[in-house]
Amino acid sequence: MATSNLAKAPAPETQYAARVFDLAKVPLRELNQALHDVTDGSNETAWEVLNPKGNHAVAVGIDAAINVDVHGSVGYYCAGMNQKANVTVHGSVGPGVAENMMSGAVIVKGDASQYAGATGRGGLLVIEGNASSRCGISMKGINIVVRGNVGHMSAFMAQSGNLVVLGDAGDALGDSIYEARLFVRGSVKSLGADCIEKEMRPEHIEILKDLLERAGMTDAKPEEFKRYGSARTLYNFNIDNADAY
Amino acid sequence: MCGIVGLFLKDKSLEPQLGAMLSEMMVLLTDRGPDSAGIAIYGSSAEGQGKLTIQSPAPKRDFAGLDAELSKKIGAPVAMTVKSTHAVFVMPADKLEAAREAIAELRPAARVMGMGEAIEIYKEVGLPEKVAERFEVSKMSGTHGIGHTRMATESAVTTMGAHPFSTGPDQCLVHNGSLSNHNNVRRELRREGMTFETENDTEVAAAYLSHKIAGGMDLGQALESSLSDLDGFFTFVVGTKNGFGVVRDPIACKPAVMAETDRYVAFGSEYRALANLPGIEQARVWEPEPSTVYFWEH
Amino acid sequence: MTYHNPPTTPRRSATFDEYTMSEIRRAAATGIYDIRGAGAKRKVPHFDDLLFLGASISRYPLEGYREKCETKVVLGSRFAKKPIELKIPITVAGMSFGSLSGPAKEALGRGATIAGTSTTTGDGGMTEEERGHSQTLVYQYLPSRYGMNPRDLRRADAIEIVVGQGAKPGGGGMLLGQKISDRVAEMRTLPKGIDQRSACRHPDWTGPDDLEIKILEIREITDWEKPIYVKVGGARPYYDTALAVKAGADVVVLDGMQGGTAATQEVFIENVGQPTLACIRPAVQALQDLGMHRKVQLIVSGGIRNGADVAKALALGADAVSIGTAALVALGDNDPRWEAEYEKLGTIAGAYDDWHEGKDPAGITTQDPELMKRVDPIAAGRRLANYLKVMTLEAQTIARACGKNHVHHLEPEDLCALTIEAAAMSGVPLAGTNWIPGKNNF
Repeated sequence: MATSNLAKAPAPETQYAARVFDLAKVPLRELNQALHDVTDGSNETAWEVLNPKGNHAVAVGIDAAINVDVHGSVGYYCAGMNQKANVTVHGSVGPGVAENMMSGAVIVKGDASQYAGATGRGGLLVIEGNASSRCGISMKGINIVVRGNVGHMSAFMAQSGNLVVLGDAGDALGDSIYEARLFVRGSVKSLGADCIEKEMRPEHIEILKDLLERAGMTDAKPEEFKRYGSARTLYNFNIDNADAY
Repeated sequence: MCGIVGLFLKDKSLEPQLGAMLSEMMVLLTDRGPDSAGIAIYGSSAEGQGKLTIQSPAPKRDFAGLDAELSKKIGAPVAMTVKSTHAVFVMPADKLEAAREAIAELRPAARVMGMGEAIEIYKEVGLPEKVAERFEVSKMSGTHGIGHTRMATESAVTTMGAHPFSTGPDQCLVHNGSLSNHNNVRRELRREGMTFETENDTEVAAAYLSHKIAGGMDLGQALESSLSDLDGFFTFVVGTKNGFGVVRDPIACKPAVMAETDRYVAFGSEYRALANLPGIEQARVWEPEPSTVYFWEH
Repeated sequence: MTYHNPPTTPRRSATFDEYTMSEIRRAAATGIYDIRGAGAKRKVPHFDDLLFLGASISRYPLEGYREKCETKVVLGSRFAKKPIELKIPITVAGMSFGSLSGPAKEALGRGATIAGTSTTTGDGGMTEEERGHSQTLVYQYLPSRYGMNPRDLRRADAIEIVVGQGAKPGGGGMLLGQKISDRVAEMRTLPKGIDQRSACRHPDWTGPDDLEIKILEIREITDWEKPIYVKVGGARPYYDTALAVKAGADVVVLDGMQGGTAATQEVFIENVGQPTLACIRPAVQALQDLGMHRKVQLIVSGGIRNGADVAKALALGADAVSIGTAALVALGDNDPRWEAEYEKLGTIAGAYDDWHEGKDPAGITTQDPELMKRVDPIAAGRRLANYLKVMTLEAQTIARACGKNHVHHLEPEDLCALTIEAAAMSGVPLAGTNWIPGKNNF
């Protein structure tokens, strides 16, 4: 198994072989630089990362339509600011996975620590296990689908995008939320300031159906979810809402 | 601001490797705390025996002949093991308090790191790897242990400012975060008769728990009450003779990961610290909930 | 005989002065704390309380115009592959698009570029106006992450992770709905016309141990090319500087309490944080204790107005200074030519601080399309460039008079203090004495 091959492989028979980076042998810098050197239309569309062992900033800042498979658990900020790429983590992820993601998809086979998808602007983040606290904090357009539960303060100050939780949500869901949509199938421990349950209209069922399909979670039915969003009472300051600030 | 590791063994066959496993975990979190490091190891001691760990800035001078002098002073046999700047004294458990007082008199420059039936504490300034090497932590066996790497925030980078802090028999505490009301709490505890070695916020948390335990609470109750009395950001890991506990503040920003298998319970500020543990791929890995006390006991 | 009580002069309370009483009436009428911009207005010990000693017989001055006095400053030489080199030790501080109008941002870029220095984005993303017109642009990475994206991160010349600002260490912000225009709303992914609350903490890290990991991520995304600044408000400057360095910063930006802001509670602006003068020596001490002085650069801001302030900050150990409020004044903010309009707003030129309301007659702190036309970016940019050049010349003049061939060679020993307070805060002796309060057992 090749460890590092920074030179482009010209031979046609190796054109489609995955490029493999074993982080036990190759520094992180080499992996990320190689990922940044890929341009759109390159044949190097398959990448594998071995032995991440909880290290940080794995596969960050990619800007090309490639597939990256990370085998093992990673630390903070895996796939941070991702654009176009599909990054799959065959393990669990530390804080801030796919933070500020722009587009593409990040799939986590295990659990996610806090701040999953923080400030994400686009793309799809799928967490097949549970997500910890502050999932989707300050999200700005990203779609997040979590098969398990999400922890406290999830979708805090969420501005835009959709958070779909097949399990339960922890305390203070959607505190100070703006226009993001929250769909929860299980229980919600408590709603945060200015977050309320809202009517599930046909357009929301459509959005949810599409997201569940794209996340490969078609065993859940859109009708089983409740929708939460902003009561918009904090949109313009009013002293009688001071307790909520 | 720091890195914490903890390991509580269920499988006795792992006990000879406790020091090796714990020091590797600690070194993996060097980035979180390059200023100093410390480790508390709980090992078995013979029935009725106790241990006292002391540290000296001048170990050659202070440790020479100290076992004999101490033995004479307390009227009981004393065995001494010197490791770099630290020395561990083994003696009858009922003589520990007398020995602590005797050391203050015999060696005023020496500091008691901890005492009890099982606890040994080693801590120094410097990179975690160097600290682990100088005390030969990897050769130690034990039932459970806690390690800490420190990035000092507001108090000095000194040996005494390193974690773990031990303020009661067989008790120790390490901390990641920053307390915001520790000065007031320290003043209150001083009035109640507690003494402090440093200006460190973590020492206040340790003393707070010891004070509550001395007042009749068990560790779980003491940790519960810390949630309302201590303000700021914290993940605490505490050790006792038989077990270890974990608690995070209600906001729970400072990271914490736990793993449990049939053989051990492990704690790490980051998953990195756990990544090389045996069977980690099959372990139950989770994050402790905010304001929730977790406790394992043998 | 009747007792005659002679009239006494009406006496106002020093505690309940006119301003205080008006503020109580305002709070009672509106039920909201006062939000405003412009930084602390109370009098605090400042650079005015320091004097340079100059040279005479014991030291030799340099000739102006002939003997060189360098002002160049390199920022980010610690880790970045592409450090920034500025011609002058004065940069333009972060002020957001949203808070400022497009033409005002463009003018800042133009002025800074002519003068050979950098300008900085703000809480609201990078605009084409400022990227296009700024030769060197620092991209702020803030808790809100408005407009944050990897493309702009890579287009920036340096990245400034903002932990806090001098006007409000520990606080977030509030941009009132009036300023959330279509364009601002789009850049911030917010509905138009609502109040925008800025978070006080970053959403995905807390503390120096996590900051180290955040810096690693940004360096990896930008291939270790860009200098990473860390900006803190003047809270606990010794510790905050030391921790920023430990976390891996290339540059520390330290903003004292006089630092301006667009929208914060007045109670916060006036009552939280330390004066700029008091912040510099502890920060420099932290750098020196770590062996990092001049290796990790220190930029100081908050109330810098002229070349003397620049020279004094550098003498106390800063590598550069940053200006915000002063730059806006150079562009034309609070100009008496708009006096009649200021009066309509219930204020006067020179005192206008409702920068968050979007009604700025000078067209600078507004998103009103008509008002912002009043800023001619070319002319305003030229004024800023002139002002930056004057400040640089002034600082050079002082440095030469102290016998220095580089402004960085100014030292605390070139200064004396006029007041005991300033002597204690800046660690220089009271004029005419060798007394530094707090030093040598005094």
